[in-house]
Amino acid sequence: MAKKLTVSASPHVRSNVTTTGIMGDVIIALMPALVMSVVYFGLRALVLTATCVASCVLSEFVCRKVMKRPQTIGDLSAIVTGIILAFNLPANLPLWMAAIGGIVAIVVVKQMFGGIGQNFVNPAMTARIILMVSFPSAMASWIVPYSNAWLKGADAVTAATPMASLAAAKGGDLSLAADLPSLADMFLGRHGGSMGEVCSIALICGGFYLLLRKVISPIIPLSFIGTVAVCMLFAGGFNLEFVAYHLLGGGLMLGAFFMATDYATSPINKKGKLIFGIGCGLITTVIRIFGALPEGVSFSIILMNILVPHIERLTTPKPFGFVKEKKEKKAKEEAKA
Amino acid sequence: MAEKKSLTKELTKGFIAENPVLRLVLGTCPTLAVTTSVSSAIGMGVAATIVLVCSNIVISALRKVIPDKVRIPAYIVIIASFVTIVQMIVKAFVPALDAALGVYLPLIVVNCIILGRAEAFASKNPVLASAVDGVGMGIGFTAALFLMATIREVFGAGTFLAGIKDLLSVFGDFDFNGFSVPFLADNPMLIFILPPGGFFVFGILMAAANKLAESKGKPRAELRGCEACPMAQTCALNKKNEVKEEVSES
Repeated sequence: MAKKLTVSASPHVRSNVTTTGIMGDVIIALMPALVMSVVYFGLRALVLTATCVASCVLSEFVCRKVMKRPQTIGDLSAIVTGIILAFNLPANLPLWMAAIGGIVAIVVVKQMFGGIGQNFVNPAMTARIILMVSFPSAMASWIVPYSNAWLKGADAVTAATPMASLAAAKGGDLSLAADLPSLADMFLGRHGGSMGEVCSIALICGGFYLLLRKVISPIIPLSFIGTVAVCMLFAGGFNLEFVAYHLLGGGLMLGAFFMATDYATSPINKKGKLIFGIGCGLITTVIRIFGALPEGVSFSIILMNILVPHIERLTTPKPFGFVKEKKEKKAKEEAKA
Repeated sequence: MAEKKSLTKELTKGFIAENPVLRLVLGTCPTLAVTTSVSSAIGMGVAATIVLVCSNIVISALRKVIPDKVRIPAYIVIIASFVTIVQMIVKAFVPALDAALGVYLPLIVVNCIILGRAEAFASKNPVLASAVDGVGMGIGFTAALFLMATIREVFGAGTFLAGIKDLLSVFGDFDFNGFSVPFLADNPMLIFILPPGGFFVFGILMAAANKLAESKGKPRAELRGCEACPMAQTCALNKKNEVKEEVSES
C-alpha cells in the first residue's frame, strides 16, 4: 500500500505543452507558405530558407558553446527564426547576406540578451531591418513569380511590389496605382514581394492552424489586421478594394499571425494584447500612408515590441478584492463624518 | 592626494582600466559622431588630446588660485582658449579635417573628458602628474576612437584610412590615401556607418573592455563616487556630502 502512494512537492499535474512542441507547431504552420514560395520563386527560395535556418542554428550552437550555457538548439526556436527571416527576404537575395541576417538575429538580438524568451525585440524582424538598412538595393529587388530565379540569378525579372504601386494611390484612387495585380493574384500570391509574404491564403491557413492548436491567441492578429482595415477604410475614402489591397499586400498577414504574436515580445494579458495589436495597426497605416517607405509592418512590430514593458505595466490585472486607495480614504472620511 | 601614485600608473590607467570612452563612458557624443571614418577619428583624438594636456597643465598650475565657487567657469575659459587655438590651427593647416569634424571641433570645449579630468584630477594634483594624466587619457580616448572607427569604416564603407591624405598633408605631400577592403568595398554594410550601428559597436566594445579589465582583476566600471561630476558638492546623491552633514550634526 505504501508503495502505491507517491509523495512529492507540488505541482502534481503538469501541462504537456513544451517549447519544442510549440515551435514544432509554428514550423508546421509555416509550411504551406514555404511550399507556395517554392512554387512561385523556384528552388532558390528553398536554398535561401535553408541558408537562413543553417546560419541561425549554427549561430545559436556556437553562442551557447562560447557562453558556456546549456545547449538550446533542441527547442527548434532557432529554426523558426530562420524560416521567418527567410520569409522576410527577397528570394534572389545573395546567400551571404541572408547568412549575416541569421547571425544578427541570433547572436546580437537573441543570445546577447540571454537567449530564448529574453530578447526584447523579434530577432527575425530586427535582422530584416538591419539587412534593409545595410543593403538597401539588394533588399528592394523583388523578382516576379515564375521568373525562375534559380537559373537567371541576379538577371531575373524584377518588379515593384504592390505596396510600392499602392503608395501612389492617394486617397484610395486605385487608377493612380500602376501595374497593380488583380485581387485574386494578391490573394494567391502571384505578385512581387518578400519570399514568404506573397501568398496570403497560405499564411492565413497557417495562422488558423496556430489558432486551432491554441498556440497563439486571436487578439493580436485580429486587432492588428482590424486596425489596418478600419484606418485604410477612412484613408481610402471608403473604397473597399483599396482596403483589400492593403490587407493582402506587404507583410501584414505574415507579421500579424507569425511575428507580432511572438511570446517573448508581446504582452501577456488580453488587454495588453489588444493595445499591442491596435498600436501595430496604427503605426503600419501611418507608415504606409504618410511615410517614405511603402511598407511599415516590420517597423510597427519592432516599435511596439519596445513598448511592451510599458504596456504590461499599465495593464497589470488587479487582484481579486483590490480596492483603490483613494476610495478607501474617502470611505474612511465618510465614516468619520 | 594622500597617496602618491607613480607617474607611469597615471599614464597607463587611461589606456584600459580607466579608459575615458569605454570604461568611464565620457565623451560619448563626439565618439559616436566622428567614428564614421578612421582619419577623422584620429584627427579628433589628437585635437582633444592637445586640448586635454594643455588645459590639465594650466588648471593644475592655477588650482590654488581659482576660487572654488567659480571653478567651472574658470575651467571653461581655459579649455575654450585652447580649443580656439587648436581650431584656428586646424582651419589653417588641415581645412579638410575642419570640414569633416564640423561642429564637433569647437564642441571639444564642453567635452566631458576634458572637464571631467580638470575636475577630478588636475584640480587636485601637481602639474607634472596632471600633464601625464592628460597624455594617458588622450591616448586612451584616441585609441578607443581609432578602434571604433576601424570597425565602422571597414564594415560600413569598405575602406580603411580613407581621406588620410588630407590629414598627412601637414607633414608633406604623400601619395597614400587609405586602403580599399576587397569584398566589403562593393558590399558595405551601411548600418555600421549609421547611428544605430555606432551604438551597437560602442556597446560591444564597452562589454569587451569590461571583460578585459575584469580579467586583470580590476573592478567593473561604475559610477565610482562622485569625483568626476561637476555637481558633486551640491548633489543629494553624493555620499561624501551626507557623511559631512552627519559629522557636522553630531
